[in-house]
Amino acid sequence: MTEPNAEPACEPVAAAPTSPGAMGPDGAVPSPAVPAVEYRDVAFSYRPRRPFIAGLCATVEAGAVTSIVGPNGCGKSTLVKLASGLLRPASGSVAVKGRDVGALSARERARLMAVLAQSARTPPMTVEALVACGRHPHQGLGGRLSPADRAAVEAAMERAGVARFRAHDVRRLSGGERQRAFLAMTLAQDTDLIVLDEPTTYLDINACHDLMALVRDLNRREGKTVAMVIHDIDLALRYSDRLIVMQKGNVTAQGPTGAVLASGAVGDAFAMDICRHDRDGDGFAGEPRDPRSAECGYVLYPREVPREE
Amino acid sequence: MGSTPKPVVALVVAAVALVAAAALGLMLGASSVSLPELAAWLTGGELSATARNILENVRVPRVLAALLSGAALAVSGALIQASLDNPLASPNIIGVNSGAGLFVLLAASLVPGALWLAPVAAFAGALVAALAIFGLSLGTGASRLTVVLAGIAITTVFGAGMNTILIVDPDAYVGSSTFLVGGLSGVLMRDVGWPAAYIAVGLAAALVGAPKLNILALGDEAAHGLGLNVGALRLVMLAAAAVLAGAAVSFAGLLGFVGLVVPHLVRFFVGHDNRWVVPVSAVAGAAFVAGCDLLARVLFAPYELPVGILMAFIGGPFFIYLILKNKGGGLD
Repeated sequence: MTEPNAEPACEPVAAAPTSPGAMGPDGAVPSPAVPAVEYRDVAFSYRPRRPFIAGLCATVEAGAVTSIVGPNGCGKSTLVKLASGLLRPASGSVAVKGRDVGALSARERARLMAVLAQSARTPPMTVEALVACGRHPHQGLGGRLSPADRAAVEAAMERAGVARFRAHDVRRLSGGERQRAFLAMTLAQDTDLIVLDEPTTYLDINACHDLMALVRDLNRREGKTVAMVIHDIDLALRYSDRLIVMQKGNVTAQGPTGAVLASGAVGDAFAMDICRHDRDGDGFAGEPRDPRSAECGYVLYPREVPREE
Repeated sequence: MGSTPKPVVALVVAAVALVAAAALGLMLGASSVSLPELAAWLTGGELSATARNILENVRVPRVLAALLSGAALAVSGALIQASLDNPLASPNIIGVNSGAGLFVLLAASLVPGALWLAPVAAFAGALVAALAIFGLSLGTGASRLTVVLAGIAITTVFGAGMNTILIVDPDAYVGSSTFLVGGLSGVLMRDVGWPAAYIAVGLAAALVGAPKLNILALGDEAAHGLGLNVGALRLVMLAAAAVLAGAAVSFAGLLGFVGLVVPHLVRFFVGHDNRWVVPVSAVAGAAFVAGCDLLARVLFAPYELPVGILMAFIGGPFFIYLILKNKGGGLD
């Protein structure tokens, strides 16, 4: 395996060989590859005197697809909300493209990153109207769409494959089509960074793969940086370049997908043994393969089977 | 294809209804003014002194008051429903009207005869109620039904306050019984002047905020992600709703249910795009109150119902219909 080892959770990111994009010591001078999102020594808690996250360091590399994985309540969505400015860190800093999130205006922030929120409600709108909402950070006071806005909406609908549903009520779409419509909205926002909070929840397996394939393609062709919170381990391993593994408010591993998988951190987070299974008959654990390959899949074995009562 | 979009049709229909209701409102009443007389007055022609007197001193202020209060309360309701994301909310349900009413009576009792004070006091009272409800729904994550129940509690307290003032100081407000149910009889031109300015400001704010309220329909987190200042928008829109409802209450009294019924009817025809809901509600609300006031005058002639009573007969059942319709989802 040529990939370097998974980076330990909270070592200074600059020390890791795969992270050339760390900021200078004063945090002001971005080196050539500025990380899309950088968490530096972040502390946060929902309730006073109950620290939830402390001393967290994590990096979402620009130009990659990064999945944030971990069990329920480990802080994945908190990480997203810290990046989107919905939550403020008690100490430490969160920077998007080298700029402190807390110092950005709402519009500036929305032009740097598009967030597909987990709690986004399906509004009573047509698909076209929904996608047009993505232009909000680019519009003036009147809320009118300029020709440039219209072109961006059109391109986003085409890209996400929802142009033929443009006049449909979003509430009447299937789950997969609906998520594509929401993704089109984030594309219309025209940002380099897209953050997806559990985009595949409620989708059937085909819709999941369709959506993930679209995400991959957006990364490959348009160079979009994607960070996503995702529950499905197979999807995460198959479609991400990098992983951030979380457990109880801590980042336990981060780095290239293969290295993080090899480190066992993903399995540890869920108390599962993750075994690769190759399609071509050899069964488990043949030669190392690209985890994204369609020629292999992952089987999860619980380390402890819950006892039946 | 090539058909006119539905919202435009709705706007035209509402505008026609408004003109019809206003014209009939000017003509009909205890002593009628004929259509030729009305036309003559409008075009500056000859008409009898009696007809002129009736039109200028009784009918015009009354119809104007109906149009203004209708537009203001309907838009106030649309703003409150959108910013609290609650289809059951409206100025009378969440206590905004009664907050305005209490402060109007308080002002009338403490500083008698200050005409300019009524809309200011009404706005202050409406804002107090709106902020109380806003704080409640914000801080506790209360369900939509809880917000409505809290509104009823607030209405009760403010209502008790109004009754206390009227018992302690019975002369504080002339025509207080009509004020408490909402009515337009005896409205004078000078009562409408200041509130009209407030209503103009409120309507302008509503039109500017309408596209942003569409973004809010995606939920707070998504709206935040799209660069919307969610808290600030809510606050400004609720303040605009308070300006509108307060101004209307200051001369029309506790006119209920306009803000509940009209936006829902409008959404039924134009959909949920607030860029249409707000202006169409303004026109339809004006037509609705002018029409209801007309009915209230002629239904039991020579007796006249305060229009608020007629509204309550229409609005109460409509409220129950909304509760039943939303029972399956969304209220919790």
